[in-house]
Amino acid sequence: MIKLFKVKEKQRELAENASGGAPVKKQSAGELRLHKDISELNLPKSCTISFPNGKDDLMNFEVVIRPDDGFYLGGTFLFSFQVSPIYPHEAPKVKSKTKVYHPNIDLEGNVCLNILREDWKPVLNINTVIYGLYHLFTEPNYEDPLNHDAAAVLRENPKMFESNVRRAMAGGYVGQTFFPRCM
Amino acid sequence: MADTTTSVPPSRSRDLDKLLLRPGNLVGPRFEPGTELRDDLQTFAKVLVVGAGGLGCELLKDLALSGFKNLEVIDMDRIEVTNLNRQFLFRLEDVGKPKAEVAAKRVMERISGVHIVPHFCRIEDKDIDFYNDFSIIALGLDSVEARSYINTVACSFLEYDSDDTPREETIKPMVDGGTEGFKGHARVILPGITPCFECTIWLFPPQVKFPLCTLAETPRTAAHCIEYAHLIKWDEVHHGEPFDPDNPEHMKWVYNEAVKRAELFGIPGVTYSFTQGVVKNIIPAIASTNAIISAACALETLKIATECSKTLSNYLTYNGSEGLHTKVAEFERDKECLVCGPGIRIELDPSITLQKFMDLLEEHPKLRLSKASITHRGKNLYMQAPPVLEEMTRSNLSLSLFNLMGKLPNDVVHVNGITSKNDQKTTCLRKLRVVFKGVDGVTDMDTAGGA
Ligand SMILES: [Zn+2]
Repeated sequence: MIKLFKVKEKQRELAENASGGAPVKKQSAGELRLHKDISELNLPKSCTISFPNGKDDLMNFEVVIRPDDGFYLGGTFLFSFQVSPIYPHEAPKVKSKTKVYHPNIDLEGNVCLNILREDWKPVLNINTVIYGLYHLFTEPNYEDPLNHDAAAVLRENPKMFESNVRRAMAGGYVGQTFFPRCM
Repeated sequence: MADTTTSVPPSRSRDLDKLLLRPGNLVGPRFEPGTELRDDLQTFAKVLVVGAGGLGCELLKDLALSGFKNLEVIDMDRIEVTNLNRQFLFRLEDVGKPKAEVAAKRVMERISGVHIVPHFCRIEDKDIDFYNDFSIIALGLDSVEARSYINTVACSFLEYDSDDTPREETIKPMVDGGTEGFKGHARVILPGITPCFECTIWLFPPQVKFPLCTLAETPRTAAHCIEYAHLIKWDEVHHGEPFDPDNPEHMKWVYNEAVKRAELFGIPGVTYSFTQGVVKNIIPAIASTNAIISAACALETLKIATECSKTLSNYLTYNGSEGLHTKVAEFERDKECLVCGPGIRIELDPSITLQKFMDLLEEHPKLRLSKASITHRGKNLYMQAPPVLEEMTRSNLSLSLFNLMGKLPNDVVHVNGITSKNDQKTTCLRKLRVVFKGVDGVTDMDTAGGA
């Protein structure tokens, strides 16, 4: 290919002063796949998505879940999504931005949802993840605890768990931990 | 006294001369042996080495000794003590200095006449033109992200003729090496001809991610303890301060927490270097595997440049972990690859509106695409969903596509929507090469535009 390099080098010298329409940043395959995911979203009424950086940055977005059933009925829970350029080779990074009393979400916003980590597959999509989050609220489970205390209460005393959830959502203390109001 | 038995002036590398000055049976169709070829290699071939770590050090040395004189190297990392066992260009007194700068300096000191320009920055910090300046890009990387990024950039230079043949002068060859312990691979990527990185991304196994609740509740291994300290405990204690894997104090903190956790659960095996390994996803590296893989990559680079022999076609695996297995697989391109594929060429009248364009996509015999969402160079021209984006892009429907695309005579757009084949509806994502008829600057050449 050396001849080609030589020709190109000569052309470049000639074109040095010509206006080169500099190519702009290219979209990664991950961005394109995400574009597809987003344009095919089909969310339940209880979930809304927003794009804080405007319509052209899909890689960072937020989802609000307002559970219409279960312990968390009436609450409003905000999640941030960060999507990698090699999506869907890698799962999106999801954090809870609302401090919540929940067996599968810790106080720092880490979420224990299998499809976000060990069970992520490239055939899954953003829709699946949002549904997964939604189900965490309608069916919290004490078998995959991130908040150990909340999980123990749910397992041993569902009534007390329910009242703890209500107290946390209304804004108040559960044990030593304060939860800001989120309803 | 000079050697007078031959009319050819001897070069430093006599062995290289044997390849470049004599004809052969395995040479490429355009191979013309002679001193001109050797001199052109030195004058016109410019190679970028991406990464100045275990593979990058080897690559720089090998390329410099193979007759390349114009090299550049890019790496954002600084030298750490733990690099010294295999990144042989570095010395103890270099710890803390940029890898690219030290590597370039050391090779230039040892091999006279070689010019190496170091770039101490992230690969994303350079604009796309920077990469177009090189004849060949050699990758010595350890991450899927970085490979994918360079691949997208290199493929963005690729242009196709109107009959979907790649234009040779727009092909930016890449040579990619990778190692993991006793295993490694070397591959040649000629965008448009051999599969690009994205065509075969499934070759890279996804990184193992432990369930967070396992980390929090039932750790069983040293890695679990380390990931607990890294992913859960760090946030708990450092509210909001992001963990920086390159900050030794942060790493030390994670290590100490991991040790405590391991003691609590009676788990052995947490060491500082293992902590670094788990947190930074460092793959164990063996100097000699790096040397083998880099040597293969350097030779392929030489073969691509000079055509003194056929190139590797197209993926070499080397596995020395149980006995030794090595083989070459010829992977095939994904014809519909969004990054390196030609996409579907569509000629349009410049007066067409976005809405009319979408109607055409429904009628197009190769597409039959309804419910289209359209993106151009990272700008979303129209989105079917979610409602918030549909609303924000709806006003574009009545605007001219030519204007929306920045009045370029031809460019790539990506569309996704629903196609129906034999009454089966499936969703799809397609690359389109849009060419506006009768606009100045239109030739029969249109850009593939990468992804
Ligand atoms: Zn490809």
